[in-house]
Amino acid sequence: MSRFLIPLLIFASLIAVFVVGLGRDPSELPSPLLEKPAPQFDLPSLLDPEQRVTTQDISGEVSLVNVWATWCVGCRQEHNFLLQLSKADVLPIYGLNWRDNGPEARRWLQQLGDPYVATAYDQDGRVGIDWGVYGAPETFLIGADGTVLYKHLGPLSWGLWEENFVPLLKAQGQLQ
Amino acid sequence: MRKLLGMLTLLALAMPAIAIDDIQAFDDPELQARYEEIISEVRCLKCQNQTIKDSNAFLAGDLRREIRRMLEEGFSDKEIYDFLVERYGEFALYRPRTSGKTLILWIAPGLLLLGGIAVLGGVLRKRMNMPIDEDGA
Repeated sequence: MSRFLIPLLIFASLIAVFVVGLGRDPSELPSPLLEKPAPQFDLPSLLDPEQRVTTQDISGEVSLVNVWATWCVGCRQEHNFLLQLSKADVLPIYGLNWRDNGPEARRWLQQLGDPYVATAYDQDGRVGIDWGVYGAPETFLIGADGTVLYKHLGPLSWGLWEENFVPLLKAQGQLQ
Repeated sequence: MRKLLGMLTLLALAMPAIAIDDIQAFDDPELQARYEEIISEVRCLKCQNQTIKDSNAFLAGDLRREIRRMLEEGFSDKEIYDFLVERYGEFALYRPRTSGKTLILWIAPGLLLLGGIAVLGGVLRKRMNMPIDEDGA
C-alpha cells in the first residue's frame, strides 16, 4: 500500500501546484513599488502645457493615479467607471497620459468627459518607467503620506473597485 | 541538381539582418558590447518571452533608450540592473539574481537531481538483492 501512497501524494501535490499556477495571470506582476513612496515626477499638464503636475499635487490625501492613453482599448472600457467615480467624489483621480499624442488625448477628454483633477503628460514614457508601468490601463492607489498602497492592472469596474480598493480605503479611514 | 540544392540550402540559412534600432548605439565598442549584453538580459514586460533586445514593443524601446542614457552617463551594469529591478521587480531580469527570494530557483534543480539519484540508488539496490530467476521467464 505505502508503495503507491508516496508517489500518489507527490502526484497530488504536483497537481495542486499546477492548478494554482494555471489559475494565475502571468501578465499580472506584483509591483515592487508597493508600500514605498510614490516615484517623484514633474510633468507638463496635458490640458495646459504651461502648468506642471507634480508629486506634490497628489500628496496630502488619498488619491488615485490612473495611467491611460488614447491607443489603449482597456482605457476606453474603464472610462465610464472613472467618470462615475469622479462624480461620486470619493477621492481625487489624477491621470498619467502615457506615451500618447497630446492633441488626440485632449480630444478624448473633451469628447468622453474628463474624470481627472489633473492629467500629467508623459509623452516619452520616462515617468512611466519610474512607475514601473508596462501596460495601460494601470491604476495606483496613493496614500495621504504619498506611499503606493495598491496597483491595479487592467480596466477598472465597480465590481473590481468594491473588491480591491474599497477595503483599502476603509483601512485608511477614507470610507465608512 | 546538386548545385541547386546547395544554393537552396544556403538561401535557407540566410538570415535577414536583425536590427531593432537603425543606428548603432555607441561608437565605443566596449560600451556597445555592454549595451548589447544588458539588453539581452532584460525581459520586455509587455511581451514577456522576449528580451528588450528582440522586442519592438515601445516599452522595450523606452527601456533601451533609458539603458543607453545610463551607460552614457557612466552607470555601472549593476546600477542599471538595480534600476530596472526597483521599478519592474526581479521578473525583469532573465537571469534572476541569487537572493533570499530567488534562492529556491537556484537550488531546486540540484536538490531534484540529488533526490532522483537517491531514488535510483534505492531501486537499484533493491534489484541487486532480488534472486535471479534462472528460467528467464
